[in-house]
Amino acid sequence: MYVAVKGGEKAIDAAHAWLAEERRGPEDVAELSVDQIKEQLKLAVNRVMAEGSLYDPDLAALAIKQARGDMIEAIFLIRAYRTTLPRFGGSEPVDTDAMACDRRVSATFKDAPGGQVLGPTFDYTHRLLDFKLAADGETPKAAERAEEPAPKPHIMSFLDREDLIQPEPEGADTPPDLTREPLELPAARALRLQSLTRGDEGFVLGMAYSTQRGYARNHAFVAELRIGTCAVEMDIPELGFAIEIGEVELTECETVNQFQGSKTQPPQFTRGYGLVFGMSERKAISMALVDRALRWKELGEDNVGAPAQDEEFVLYHADNVQATGFLEHIKLPHYVDFQSELELIRKLRREAMDRVPNQEAAE
Amino acid sequence: MTDYNFAYLDEQTKRMIRRAILKGLAVPGYQVPFASREMPMPYGWGTGGVQVSAAVMTARDVFKVIDQGADDTTNAVSIRRFFERTAGVATTEATSAASVIQTRHRIPEEPLSEDQILVYQVPIPEPLRFLEPSEVETRKMHSLEDYGLMHVKLYEDISAHGAIATAYAYPVKVEGRYVMDPSPIPKFDNPKMEMSAIQLFGAGREQRIYALPPYTQVVSLDFDDYPFEASKADHACGLCGATESYLDELIVDDAGNRMFMCSDTDYCEGRRRAGHVGAQGVPLEQEGAA
Repeated sequence: MYVAVKGGEKAIDAAHAWLAEERRGPEDVAELSVDQIKEQLKLAVNRVMAEGSLYDPDLAALAIKQARGDMIEAIFLIRAYRTTLPRFGGSEPVDTDAMACDRRVSATFKDAPGGQVLGPTFDYTHRLLDFKLAADGETPKAAERAEEPAPKPHIMSFLDREDLIQPEPEGADTPPDLTREPLELPAARALRLQSLTRGDEGFVLGMAYSTQRGYARNHAFVAELRIGTCAVEMDIPELGFAIEIGEVELTECETVNQFQGSKTQPPQFTRGYGLVFGMSERKAISMALVDRALRWKELGEDNVGAPAQDEEFVLYHADNVQATGFLEHIKLPHYVDFQSELELIRKLRREAMDRVPNQEAAE
Repeated sequence: MTDYNFAYLDEQTKRMIRRAILKGLAVPGYQVPFASREMPMPYGWGTGGVQVSAAVMTARDVFKVIDQGADDTTNAVSIRRFFERTAGVATTEATSAASVIQTRHRIPEEPLSEDQILVYQVPIPEPLRFLEPSEVETRKMHSLEDYGLMHVKLYEDISAHGAIATAYAYPVKVEGRYVMDPSPIPKFDNPKMEMSAIQLFGAGREQRIYALPPYTQVVSLDFDDYPFEASKADHACGLCGATESYLDELIVDDAGNRMFMCSDTDYCEGRRRAGHVGAQGVPLEQEGAA
């Protein structure tokens, strides 16, 4: 005698209650506040904002708390919230030339107008565990210096003046919005960049790394990497002019890449571009390399069959919310399909077995 | 949930999805690109089906969700609750009482009627995807009606295995034009797709919607000498004794003994209520005592 199993509803409720308890952890440890996450796990917050495509440090911190530190889960929470928000319109293009830079480095010029600023970087730290932090995280105040008022023009613009770098044609006025229209291929560069900036950091990094190792190598130099805040302006139709509605922290990376030229055209360097919310320079550099690799067609290069050149491959697989959802769905019940496969394989085996003895008998 | 619109999606998004659905109904079997939204459940969990259900749902609808044919599978429970919460619609487990049925991997055993909509959750809408990975290429193949690759695949199955080795998501041709993925339903369900109800297919992650209007011709691909065969386990349901329904196989003890029971739980319960008892079952009224 068999009684049909039921109880999905009860199991779900119990699992959610357990999850909430696990998230909180032991009660003798103080609860983590959203402010603490926002201020002390800022790079995690930045990643969630970048890949969640929503610039809101408070919500990103809340998502990280709710997701128990699982970054992709936190990004997913933000995306699912963002998608319910109305879209009022588009801002004016942010003027990264006028960025208030916390960091600005160039790998191509030792010095440039506006100077180089290392900023709060891990670059030259020794990766030794700081056991002092385990006991006490208080640090002395870092020395401060007044910001130099000098403008910080893009370093690429100096190459531009000499015609050494390939000019960038003006794009369409309003780029398509990946989150409001289905991705259709071939994708224009604006759409590719949109996809890359919200793509999974690990995936974009891996793709970029593959170009460095020879799969569509594009010899990138970081002409400039700048991190800082930019004003966001929006044109208000009722006012008839643009007003500042806030500011965002951005990481921008411009790469100068191998030159192209022909018998009729003198050689010029080419560009790759990365722009990411927050302080996310690994992502911004990766993005610039992959952007450059994806431009093979417009720059008249050969398709060498490298993954990073294949826009369909890159754009369709860069989104970690899509990827993780589809990947993890295979743990959902599939017993109907598996059952049909079971029957098929039994049938095929039965037929094959029937054939084998016959053959033996014949021999 | 007062912060959210009826059935979660905002009206602009619903309008966009309805347009895609109408286009899909006008060109049966054609995959219509649509701007799929992030939903509060993961891609692969039925986001396409949920968006389609949300777009067609009205406050008067009665909603049913099945996964693997069953109403009480965890994900079916989760989706049903989602619409109870965001739309406040009545829900049911009875196939005949539902006006919108969202399904994953099955078509209910009970024939559907003209006033019902069946919404499928679709993981990979492109029937040619595993033969040709590029979307650009497969769209071209559909527009040129170039389905030779699919026939070669089916032929190769026969030469390797003596039969077409596809048991679920078995490709169909719609009204003699588009080759369509029926979603991963067992091929047992394929013949049911010529039905009275509207069938809508939503693939969220892949951003595609396609549709079958009522009474559309849906032919499972085959060869004259290897005709399509809708197969199921050659057993009767252990609980209700049905011999015509699709069965799940359960391993019931350490010795590996098997039992078969209807995958469609509502169908099975209906039969048991009507007094049918299978070989391993008990009459329904005694089950609570067991």
